[in-house]
Amino acid sequence: MKIEPFASFTGTPVLDNVPSADLAIEARGLVKRFDGFTAVDGVDISVPRGAIYGILGPNGAGKTTTLRMLLGIIDPDSGYRCVLGHERPTEVARRIGYLPEERGLYPAMKAVEAIAFLAALRGVPLKEGRRRGRELLEQHGLGYAADRQIRQLSKGMAQQVQLLGTLVHEPDLVVFDEPFSGLDALNQGKLERMIRSLAERGTTVIFSTHVIAHAERLCDQIAIIAGGKVPFAGPVDAARDRLRPQVRLETRAQEGPWRAAIPADARHEGRFWFFTLPESGVEPLLRALIEGDAGILSLSIERPGLHDAFVSIAGEAAARALEESAQEEAEKAIQKKGRR
Amino acid sequence: MLRSHFAAAWVIMRRDFCAVIFSKTFIFFLIGPLFPVFIGAMAAAVGSQVSRDIDNPVIGIAMPAHQGDSLVAARGSLAPKMSGFVPEYTVLARLEPGETFDARTVLASKGVKGAPQLAAVITGTLEKPVLTGSSERVDQWRGQVALIAAEAGAPGPRSYPEVKEDKIATTAAKQHVDLAVTAQAGQVLLFLLTMLLAGMVLSNLVEEKANKIIEVLAASIPMDALFLGKLFAMLAVSLVGIAVWGSVYGMLMLAGMKSIPLLATPAVGWPMFCVLGFLYFAMAYLLLGSLFLSIGGMATTVREVQTLSMPVTMMQLMVFFFASYALARPGTWIETASLVFPVSSPFAMLAQAAQSPVLWPHLVALVWQAVWVGVIIRVGAQLFRRTVMKSGPARGRRGWFRRAAAAPAR
Repeated sequence: MKIEPFASFTGTPVLDNVPSADLAIEARGLVKRFDGFTAVDGVDISVPRGAIYGILGPNGAGKTTTLRMLLGIIDPDSGYRCVLGHERPTEVARRIGYLPEERGLYPAMKAVEAIAFLAALRGVPLKEGRRRGRELLEQHGLGYAADRQIRQLSKGMAQQVQLLGTLVHEPDLVVFDEPFSGLDALNQGKLERMIRSLAERGTTVIFSTHVIAHAERLCDQIAIIAGGKVPFAGPVDAARDRLRPQVRLETRAQEGPWRAAIPADARHEGRFWFFTLPESGVEPLLRALIEGDAGILSLSIERPGLHDAFVSIAGEAAARALEESAQEEAEKAIQKKGRR
Repeated sequence: MLRSHFAAAWVIMRRDFCAVIFSKTFIFFLIGPLFPVFIGAMAAAVGSQVSRDIDNPVIGIAMPAHQGDSLVAARGSLAPKMSGFVPEYTVLARLEPGETFDARTVLASKGVKGAPQLAAVITGTLEKPVLTGSSERVDQWRGQVALIAAEAGAPGPRSYPEVKEDKIATTAAKQHVDLAVTAQAGQVLLFLLTMLLAGMVLSNLVEEKANKIIEVLAASIPMDALFLGKLFAMLAVSLVGIAVWGSVYGMLMLAGMKSIPLLATPAVGWPMFCVLGFLYFAMAYLLLGSLFLSIGGMATTVREVQTLSMPVTMMQLMVFFFASYALARPGTWIETASLVFPVSSPFAMLAQAAQSPVLWPHLVALVWQAVWVGVIIRVGAQLFRRTVMKSGPARGRRGWFRRAAAAPAR
């Protein structure tokens, strides 16, 4: 018999208990309307300093608009935002790195100049920006391309140059909008490692994605967004813990007093029983099974994945839209590969 | 805060300036002004040739015996003494007594190929000449014909008194006209220089939008700084252009090219006029440029920019015409309006510099214009954020209401 560990069921979805000083981003009730359409409808987000934070939602859910409001590119119609302790994000623009979904650089610029330019925009002197640019390009195996024009680089290389330009000024907060979009598996892995190393150095990373796997692998905390609303924001574990664990029980006996210990709606397949763990917890269940002569052959308790949590929190329709977004992305990648 | 604004503007300016200066298109920008000059010279040459060919009027003469020849001789001796244009005279017929001549028929016929086209015909006698021609021609030449006929009919050579010359440098009226010409020349030059830049400024933000770098810029620096940087980059580019053109002109002068006709010395003197001309060029460019940058910012493609360029050019022309019109109406409300209206102010003030030696109004005007540059950049950047970046409050809501709504909901 094996019993798998599981987390506490009492997660706190919104970090109300975290002091504001420990938050890199705090947003309350952000609303943004475009020509009568409400793109973002009362979003609350609290991003602790040094965390990897994911905004998870399908295309058109309001992820980019939320990020743009947090960056000060656009102003909310109503609501409150505080980024790195400032209510006007543009005042701390030099401490922020931003990689937009639609990436782009000046095609005639050399790679090293492009990085130096992005650094200069964030207040780094041009000479220092060039030095750091060369260093970063060397570190990431692109040193040979430092003096090539952006138009002479492949799209993937140009994206890497822009990514390095986003980080060249050593920001305290890095905002990525769909950073994995358009990257092949190899570069996705590289980016994941880079995000982890940023967080290890104390940099706060916030990114939007419609791929659950990225959020699940990387994030300490997430905000689930659908239809412009955030039904959940908090630790990934807390999202999963919204669903009760699933029990897979294998018994020798088919009938007996132990049957009273498992829910009436338990699914039965051969010697296996599948059901949601009762609220009383695993110990009373185990005791009842043993005392009821179930003849336990195996018992496993499976923690729900983030996908199940997303379905439960955002609903079936949002989950379908999320899958469609991911599929669109995959199709685009295949088309791109085909064109090459 | 202000320092970081200017630092950001400097980053944008440096990037844009280098991008333009080190691009192949800059060569076209430099040689661009030669095209209108070249085409203008060609058009003038062709036009003058056509004018010479078409509008070289000849008056035909059909008079008894040698009266026609006397008339031609009299025209030859009087023409140099008369101001204004005196048409050529040619004898068509020496009429016998009793012979008649149908001038109307001759004028109506197309004539012989290669022979001069007649504009009018003189018939009758020297004592009673008859001038046949179109109404305008008859009115124009009636007096001349009478004078020449009288000269031809006079017995013996007539002597004319010698006029003793007493020339003065200028008169008040001439000085006024000369200064007005200098003022107008300054305005024309200012207009040409600013017009060259309009198209470039108009398409200035298209590159950022096409390359999708605009979002990074918007997240990194204030939009005002972006506008300011772009505007000053183009100003710097134009100054490089002016320096190159000026150097080329200077070298041609040294190489022996004839200088352009000299203008009257402006009221503030040439050095100050040049300084003010430079400052007003900068202001005119910044005012119109900020306006065009704001308008061009709304365009997302080169095609849209091309569509916008025509009304923008018309707008520039209107500003220029307004300032020129005001120049001819000193002391009227039109002149005051042209001095105060921000975009026409640099043109009108440059004209003032040519006509009036008082300097303090220029200081006031430059400050006034600089304030408007700031206002237009600010409004343009806000408009850009609101319309292109889709920022700002929802329609119909005032800023202060928005601020109240956005207050911390703690």
